[in-house]
Amino acid sequence: MKKVFGRPRSLKEAVLHYCPGCGHSILHRLVAEVIDEMGIRGIAIGVPPAGCAVLAYNYLDVDMLEAPHGRGCAVATGIKRILPDRMVFSYQGDGDLAAIGTAETLHAANRGENITVVFINNAVYGMTGGQMAPTTLLGQVSTTSPPGRNATLDGHPIRMSEILAGLEGVKYVERCAVNSPPNILRTRRSIKKAFQYQRDGLGFTLVEVLSQCPTNWKMSPVDACKWVDEVMAREFPLGVIKDTGKRGS
Amino acid sequence: MNRVLIQGNRAIGEAAIRAGCRFYAGYPITPQNELTEYMAEHMRKADGGVFIQAESEIAAINMVLGASAAGARAMTSSSSPGISLKQEGISALAADELPAVVVNIMRGGPGLGNILPSQGDYFQATRGGGHGDYRTIVLAPASVQELADLTMDAFDLADLYRNPVLILADGMMGQMMEPITFKKPKPRSYEEKYVLKGCGNGRSRFIRALILDALSMEEHNWKLHRKYQVVSEREVRCECFRTEDADLVLVAYGTAARIAKGAIKRSREMGLKVGLIRPITLWPFPSAAIKAVAERVEKFLVFEMNTGQMLEDVKMALCGKGSVHFYGRPGGVVPTPVELTKVIALQYKTRNNNA
Repeated sequence: MKKVFGRPRSLKEAVLHYCPGCGHSILHRLVAEVIDEMGIRGIAIGVPPAGCAVLAYNYLDVDMLEAPHGRGCAVATGIKRILPDRMVFSYQGDGDLAAIGTAETLHAANRGENITVVFINNAVYGMTGGQMAPTTLLGQVSTTSPPGRNATLDGHPIRMSEILAGLEGVKYVERCAVNSPPNILRTRRSIKKAFQYQRDGLGFTLVEVLSQCPTNWKMSPVDACKWVDEVMAREFPLGVIKDTGKRGS
Repeated sequence: MNRVLIQGNRAIGEAAIRAGCRFYAGYPITPQNELTEYMAEHMRKADGGVFIQAESEIAAINMVLGASAAGARAMTSSSSPGISLKQEGISALAADELPAVVVNIMRGGPGLGNILPSQGDYFQATRGGGHGDYRTIVLAPASVQELADLTMDAFDLADLYRNPVLILADGMMGQMMEPITFKKPKPRSYEEKYVLKGCGNGRSRFIRALILDALSMEEHNWKLHRKYQVVSEREVRCECFRTEDADLVLVAYGTAARIAKGAIKRSREMGLKVGLIRPITLWPFPSAAIKAVAERVEKFLVFEMNTGQMLEDVKMALCGKGSVHFYGRPGGVVPTPVELTKVIALQYKTRNNNA
C-alpha cells in the first residue's frame, strides 16, 4: 500500500501543547513539510520566540536557538552572518515581532539580512492569557482592553508587513492564513517561496500568517476560523504585499 | 617589532581580533566609540570577520548570542547606560552557557550621567547584572597593556567556562594611550559539540533558557552555581604591591589603582609604609589575598571612583578583622595622587594614634 500522508521528518514525535483549534500546530507542520521538501533539515537553524511558540524546539526537528522576547531577528542575524550557507529562520508572534521586537525586526529587514521570518499574527497575547497585542483590532475585547480596543487610548492595530515592505532590504512579504484548506496550502507555498529566496541569497523574507486563537478570542474553533476571514482579514488583507521576484530587485 | 603606542579602546579591538574574535556588534556611546570604530575598520578585513553596527545595545548583545551559538568568538562593547540595556542578553548568555566578551568602558552615572571616568558599575558587573541567579567573570585592567592582555584572556575564559566575561574599565582606560606589546594568543580550544550549525544527518539540538519545570530549573541553577564555584577557586587574580612591610593597605582596581600607586610612591617618600591590593578579577573577588594580608595588617583603605561598592566585598573578605576606611570620588571626578596621599597620611596617623 502506498503511504500518501504521514508526519513530516522535521516534526518530532511529540504531542503539541497548543489549544484545540489553534493555528500554531498547522503552521509548525507547514514549516516542517517545507523543510523536508526542500531537503534542508540538516542546514536549518530555527529561532523560536517567547510566546505560545516558545516550545517550538520541542516540535521542530531542526537545530534551534531560543531568542529572548522580541530579539529573534537579532539572534538570527548573528547566526546567519557566521553561517551564511545555513537556512536561518525565526518564528515569531505578533507581540514578539510587532511590539517588543519592532526595532530588531525592522532593522534586520532594513539591512536585508538573508533570513526568513515566519510571523504568526493572532491579534492577541496568547501565552500570557489574552492581553491586547499591537495587532488587536479596534473594538476587540482583551484582558487589557476590556471595553474593546480604543483607537484614541490604545492606538490602531499595526500592519508590520506593510511597513516592512517599504524597506529596500525586504524581498518578499506575503500575508496568509491557516483557517481553511485553501489558505493553508497558500501558506505552505509562501513559506517555500520565502525559503527559496533565502537559499538564493536574495535577502529578507517574511510570511505573515493570520492564526485563530479560539481560547483567548473566547470563540469555538469554527467561529474563530470564520472570524479570521470575516473580520481579521479586513484589517489585515491576505495576499502578496511585496515580491521583488527571483532577481531580488 | 610588536611594540606599539595605542589607545586603550583600540588596543581592546586589536587584541580581540588577534585572539580570533570574528563577530562584533556594537552601538555608539562615549567614551568607548574608538573600539566600535576600530572594529568597523579592521574586523571585516579579518578572515570571516563580521562587523555590524546594531540598531541598539539590545540588538547588539542578541546578535552576539546568535553568533556565539553559531561558533564564533563574539564580542560587544559599550559604556554604562548601554551595558544596562545589554543585561537581558548577558543573562540569556549565562543561562544558555554561551561564551561572549562584553566590554564596559564605564562613565559617570546613574542615568545618562556623564561621559567621564567612573567606577559606578561595580555592583552591576560583579552581581551578575541582569535578572536571575548567575555570575559573570569580571576583569579589571589598569593599563593599556592589561586591556590587551585581559581581552585575549577574556575569550579563553569565556570559552573555558562557557559564560560571558566582562571587561570592566573606565573612560580613562579607554581614552589613554600607552606603549604596549601584544602577546601571542593561545589557540582556541572550544568543543565542536557546543556549536549549533544545523544537525546534518544527526539528531537536532536546541539551546534554550526557558525551563518550566521547577526541579529542572533548580538543577540548572545549581549546575551554574557549581561552575561558578570552580571559577571562584581557579580564576582569582590580584596584584599585591608593596604589601610586605605595609602598615596600611589600600584596595583599589583599574584607574583608581593607578592613582593609588602614585599616592603610595608619595607616601613612601614621606616615610609612610603603605601598600596596595589590586583586584584584577572583581568577580571572583580576591578575598583570600585580602584575608591573608589582614593576618599582619590592621588598617585598610578602600579607594574607588564611586560611593563605596567594592568596599562591601572588602568588608566581607575581612569578616570583622582589621578596620576598613573608604575614600571615593563618584560622578566622573578623577582624584589626583596628591589628594589621595593626604587621605592616606590622615588615616596612617589615625592608626598610629590608636595603636
